[in-house]
Amino acid sequence: MKFFRFDRLAWIFMRVSGFLLIGLIFTHLIVNLMQDGGVKAIDFAFVAGKLANPFWQWFDVTLLWLALIHGSNGMRVVIDDYVYRTGVKRFLLVSLVISTTTLIVLGTLVIFTLDPCPVGSPADLLPSFCPAG
Amino acid sequence: MSIKTPSKPKTVFRGTLYRGHEGMWSWVLHRITGIAIYFFLLVHVLDTATVRLDPELYNAVMASYKTPIMGLGEAALVAAIVFHAFNGLRIILVDMTAWASRHHRTLFYGVLVLWAVVMIAFLPRHLMHVFGG
Repeated sequence: MKFFRFDRLAWIFMRVSGFLLIGLIFTHLIVNLMQDGGVKAIDFAFVAGKLANPFWQWFDVTLLWLALIHGSNGMRVVIDDYVYRTGVKRFLLVSLVISTTTLIVLGTLVIFTLDPCPVGSPADLLPSFCPAG
Repeated sequence: MSIKTPSKPKTVFRGTLYRGHEGMWSWVLHRITGIAIYFFLLVHVLDTATVRLDPELYNAVMASYKTPIMGLGEAALVAAIVFHAFNGLRIILVDMTAWASRHHRTLFYGVLVLWAVVMIAFLPRHLMHVFGG
């Protein structure tokens, strides 16, 4: 029995990431759905204001990676449990890897390349710290 | 008419170790909530990615999350996440300690109580945000 067998590492990852995700997601929900106006207060100014802060950049990127890997590994287990035909199974697993990788890359780029004060946008849509005009 | 057709054997759930009891329901609910959260996560990364494109586009996308129907959907999503979180902690405890695996049923009812407490704290505030006031 190899110590670093894939299934063993996946099993440990699910427990460690699951534990961390509880803190990350509960914080995410309190800040985005409970504080101030809740879901009604979420707009470009709110998100761009948050992501201008390195703390929220690293918070969100950690949440993104852990949630997507935790979720897609869960889906891998579900596919393993219910899909027996090898062709269908391979198609689903390849789709899962492609969609997960795409979303991780896309989300990471969005978090680190977002311009909170895009030129030419109406000032009332932007965070209050953006220079006027 | 006198020939008797063999009747189907009845499935008896009583007396089985697992089926129909708390262990099965925690497993079923963990799987259903996990899959539901995963598909929301896919959509959520994509809708948030529009924040990188244009402030007006992002605000228009977010407006669809502020309708009454989506507000109820968000309540269901949070209910799923909170259950998955507490039941996940229960799974970690049952895996790690002999005490928890002996008392896994009690822990499952503990998960339901904690879930109810958090939902009672969350729902009024969220519903007030969604339905105004």
